[in-house]
Amino acid sequence: MTPAWAQLGYLAAAVCFIVALKGLSSPKTARRGNLIGAAGAVLACVIVFVVSDLNHLLPILAAIAAGTAIGVLGAYRVQMTQMPQLVALFNGVGGGAAAIVAIIELAELGASTEQVFDLIATAFTIVVGSVSFAGSVVTFLKLQELMTTRPVVFRGYPILYGLGLLAALALSVGLVTVPSMFFALMLAAVGASLGVLLVLPVGGADVPIVISLLNAFTGLTVAASGYLLENILLLVAGTLVGSAGALLTRLMANAMGRSLINILFGALKGGSTLGATTVSDRPVKAAGPADVAILLAYAQRVIIVPGYGLAVAQAQHTLRQLVDLLLERGTRVDYAIHPVAGRMPGHMNVLLAEAQVPYEQLKEMDQIDPEFKQADVALVVGANDVVNPAAETTPGAPIYGMPILHANQARQVVFMKRSMRPGFAGIENELLYEPTTTLLFGDAKDTMGKLLAELKALTV
Amino acid sequence: MSTEPIIWLTIFILAIFVGVEVISKVSATLHTPLMSGANAIHGVILIGAILVAGTAQSTPILVLGLVAVVLASINMVGGFVVTDRMLIMFSRPRRELEKSVRRELDQ
Repeated sequence: MTPAWAQLGYLAAAVCFIVALKGLSSPKTARRGNLIGAAGAVLACVIVFVVSDLNHLLPILAAIAAGTAIGVLGAYRVQMTQMPQLVALFNGVGGGAAAIVAIIELAELGASTEQVFDLIATAFTIVVGSVSFAGSVVTFLKLQELMTTRPVVFRGYPILYGLGLLAALALSVGLVTVPSMFFALMLAAVGASLGVLLVLPVGGADVPIVISLLNAFTGLTVAASGYLLENILLLVAGTLVGSAGALLTRLMANAMGRSLINILFGALKGGSTLGATTVSDRPVKAAGPADVAILLAYAQRVIIVPGYGLAVAQAQHTLRQLVDLLLERGTRVDYAIHPVAGRMPGHMNVLLAEAQVPYEQLKEMDQIDPEFKQADVALVVGANDVVNPAAETTPGAPIYGMPILHANQARQVVFMKRSMRPGFAGIENELLYEPTTTLLFGDAKDTMGKLLAELKALTV
Repeated sequence: MSTEPIIWLTIFILAIFVGVEVISKVSATLHTPLMSGANAIHGVILIGAILVAGTAQSTPILVLGLVAVVLASINMVGGFVVTDRMLIMFSRPRRELEKSVRRELDQ
């Protein structure tokens, strides 16, 4: 039995987590919120050491030290552009840990426990934890582009998936009636396969939504392990993350104008076959930095549409200098931030904040989209899918239905691109072939530097 | 402590509503840090991992438990640190930023 002061401590930690989530929903309080959450987690760990009669203290502390070192190292060394992958990995290991905890609980107590609810919670944690672990690994591989970012579907996929679900259900029933290691390990294996199957048909651009979904899954497994271990903090914290994560997943899907079902299983209907893998050889209008500099120099109103390519090339700082120069010349300049610019919702804000772009210059889509009509130049830097008219005109396209920035309504559109390779969603962009569109080829940082030099020359 | 399932169910349901309520007004700007922060919070499974590792009766179970401890600490510590790294960028005051930029340009 846990003493009252420890229970109170756990309650305090749970309150910390609630305050943390609340704080994280507003820019002003976000950082403090996160730190409060961390404080709650530390408090909880201290309590568990003090209150529980634990053996093997030394190996446990060593394991914590090792995990901490890996986590901190990963968190500090990651590029801001690779953030989504890292979050996926952190989430995956959390799910894996929950599944292991449930398996151990079963091994230790299996024979003695008669509680049906305990066994149901065990089965749930093992399956969903494994789904989360394996699914996160596949999302990592997709985002890191270690495997194809295109949806992977094959004949018989729905049958295989259905069989997997049935197997999971049957094994769970087996585990609840006859608690045994065999069922537990089989469940973990089936769960892992289901996790892989869940993520395979999801296209690269939609993967972040799946990370958020798996995050919610892991939360629920943690809640279930809380019930198993009779630890109320785990129950509350896990449930909080589960429900907040589910809502966040919906918000993100809405920002892309998609339903979750469509994101997960849309590819099965054959919707994504339009993806272009080859580089098109249709004629486009290309120009040099000098021409584009003149275009910008005589524009009254410029809207910049930044994309993931900008961050990959590390051109944000040069872009900010270019914008500062344009502002000095009296040009009105804003950044149009699509909700899913970058690799996941809100990612672009993080990337531009890193480049010290003032917060006020970042305009959200609803606010800026009507202004493209008055813009002289829309400068699209390393973005593609978020301005692709196919989202409105081609019902079969994987991004169909996603709200886009109407850069095509600007008097001139300038695309800074490395090559004619299609965007992350893998579809051709008609906007590239419009008569008002000019292409400026090259590495974004390099080209941006030249553009800045040309514009300076015009200014003096 | 009572382990009456109904009490646990009550806490579970109430926590669902709290979770939905606290983030219902989040701006799209913060979706990424929020996901990352929530991700760090479920790293509290570390407590469960410590408990099972600390009460392990046999070596294989202990090893498995320690693996869970390592994984859970990666989740928890890494999650909070990376979220903080993201959020620093939102909250650094402008003057300090200009200074750091000037330093970069000088180099």
